[in-house]
Amino acid sequence: MAASTPPKDFGFGEDEQLLRDLARRFLDENLPAPRLRALVAADPAAAYERGERPGWDEGLWKQICELGWTGLAVPEAAGGIGGKMVGITALAEEVGRHALPSPLVATLCATFALRAARTPAAGAWLARIADGAAAALAITDARGSWDPSDCDMSARPQGGDLVLSGAAYFLQDAFKADVLVVSARRDGAGVLCAVPWDAAGVSLAQDHIHDLTRDQATVRFDGVRVERDNVVSDDGAAALRGAWPAILVTVAADLCGTSEWQLQTTVEYAKQRKQFDRPLGFFQAVKHPLVNAMIEIDRARSLLYHAACCIDAEAVEAETAARMAKSAASDAGAFMSDRSVQLHGGIGFTWESDVHIYFKRSLHNQMLYGDGAYQRRALAERLIGPIGS
Amino acid sequence: MPPPPPERLPVLPIEVSTESLRDYLRDWQRRCYEAGLIGADLPTEYGGGGHQGFQRIANREMSRAGTPFMLNVVGLHMAIPTILVHGSEEQKRRFVPKALSCEEIWCQGFSEPGAGSDLANQQTSAVRNGDVWVVNGHKLWTSLGHFAQWMILITRTSKEHKYDGLTYFLCPIEGHPGVTVKPLIKMTGEQGFNEVLFEDARIPDSLRLDEVGKGWTVAMTTLTYERGAAEGAGGGGGEKTSPIERLIALARASFRNGVRASDDPHTRDAIVQRAIVHEGMQQNVRRMRVPALCDHPMRLPLQMKVTGSEYAQHNARLGVEIAGARSTLYKKDPAAPDAGRWPLEYLDSYGHTIAAGTNEIQRNILGERVLGLPKSK
Repeated sequence: MAASTPPKDFGFGEDEQLLRDLARRFLDENLPAPRLRALVAADPAAAYERGERPGWDEGLWKQICELGWTGLAVPEAAGGIGGKMVGITALAEEVGRHALPSPLVATLCATFALRAARTPAAGAWLARIADGAAAALAITDARGSWDPSDCDMSARPQGGDLVLSGAAYFLQDAFKADVLVVSARRDGAGVLCAVPWDAAGVSLAQDHIHDLTRDQATVRFDGVRVERDNVVSDDGAAALRGAWPAILVTVAADLCGTSEWQLQTTVEYAKQRKQFDRPLGFFQAVKHPLVNAMIEIDRARSLLYHAACCIDAEAVEAETAARMAKSAASDAGAFMSDRSVQLHGGIGFTWESDVHIYFKRSLHNQMLYGDGAYQRRALAERLIGPIGS
Repeated sequence: MPPPPPERLPVLPIEVSTESLRDYLRDWQRRCYEAGLIGADLPTEYGGGGHQGFQRIANREMSRAGTPFMLNVVGLHMAIPTILVHGSEEQKRRFVPKALSCEEIWCQGFSEPGAGSDLANQQTSAVRNGDVWVVNGHKLWTSLGHFAQWMILITRTSKEHKYDGLTYFLCPIEGHPGVTVKPLIKMTGEQGFNEVLFEDARIPDSLRLDEVGKGWTVAMTTLTYERGAAEGAGGGGGEKTSPIERLIALARASFRNGVRASDDPHTRDAIVQRAIVHEGMQQNVRRMRVPALCDHPMRLPLQMKVTGSEYAQHNARLGVEIAGARSTLYKKDPAAPDAGRWPLEYLDSYGHTIAAGTNEIQRNILGERVLGLPKSK
């Protein structure tokens, strides 16, 4: 479907609006602020000292799977919904707005990679994801490179199978995943494999992270045998590159949702909190930064739907649009987060306030798959040309 | 395409300083009007084309072709929409066609020495004497005032009410007894706007727009169009190359710390940031028309004045930075990069961050009307 003229409305139709409104209602009802706090921030010591895994609601996750959200990005041919990226974007915004602790975003990102692989082996795993299996990408090396061709994993052929050795880093929500989508190097070329989390030789070690709404892990593979059927792509880097715009857009959407929550929450506080006999929002030193944050958030949101629409149209500018969206969303997130704490004053600095929960989720997502400056470096190659050209 | 202009064409109406430029641009607008490219969506009884949705296409095509801008910018984007909303049938038939064809050029009489950001603090008085109003006062920053035949004018007709004491007129300017237009020189060193003095100038009551005391409401209609939140009568114009392309070309031709600026990581990042803002503005316009993706109907439209004027300012500033030492050369120096446009546009950009309500006032309006924050006053 290579559309020559992009739809004026981003292709955001009734189905997408229904999905977004349903998601908003569902999360409003099932994850109100006190419930989120009870899940993730009830006990600071657990979060920071004892190393317990961040809390999440498995029952809620089962409901989410029943709602079909994990199947949204799975093509119809593989038993999924084959939904548009603009719809997934709207859903991811709601997820970010509610700071939902779940493997949904990680599963969507892995789904995009499997989808881009276009092999029967990938199709089989996509079907399982549509049925509610959670997945995580294991594609990043120890240095945290976001280049899809960088990895610290090797794949050695043995009979018809592969044997994986090495480690992958910065896995998102790996402890909630049923399957890992792993990038490895075989004779210099990249392959992509699907490995069940409980396969023999797989060990997950939890990272100690500041974000309370997810877990992150390092995974080690010690001679893990992967059957031929689970090698989902013989050109892993190409599959990841194909998936990259959708991955960036999903994380950027989560960021925009978080930023919008921070904006509305800080605005409400600025209306209620009084100093010098006036609400804080009367003062331009408070009002103007909130307006500036709104302008940045809106820029990011508009770029986001443009990028999602480009992905739906399989347009060549999808990568440029997605990098612009991630850059704008990361920078808007950084500025909004900064002001959300500062304008709340003392209370915004406490554990007791919800502000830090969103601050940390945003900060994590700002860095994930490359921050603003990182995206702009790649964009400069495209817009200006390589250095020295 | 029009015949070649008599001298370098200005990019903005505020730069139109000579009569030969005025005549050239007026002639260009008349040709566009005769070709159906202006007023395309307005009713035929007021000189329009009677179409629907033509204007946006015409604007886009003119912009793509890099045609000159429409000289009668105040007429097209402020006077016509305001007259169509608030004017009598007779006023619509009398004024709209001649504004479209540029036979009559309009200017705006809103700002005063004491009424800038606080626009409602109008001191220019209009006192009724039978069928005539007698006007006294002082208007400032009047772009195109030295070329205009008509002015959209706010006056104070009652001192008892700040907002409800204002009345709006369509005021004759050129050669009108009691009206004096004096040029002001901008910080760029160029002429382009004026001050206008009213000394017992007489305006017939038939030129009053809407009711006595409703001037603030009428002015808000004008400002909505001026600030780009609603579409005016049309008219395109611009340049073929985008500002981003011009910045990239400048970077390729400039050096920074001994390396080509287009190879300097800081410059590359700065240019890409501008490109992202550029694309963001275009996508904002697109999203504005998808209500399902807008939380508040005025949230994006009210941002346009701020984002547009600051976009231009930051681009020009970056151009100055990239040009480095050579940016010091102004427009008459033959060695000036791009004929000195970068420092000129940077200096001129403050006209736009200040005019039509300073961007600080715009931020108050956004904070209050969209975010619901308490009024700052």
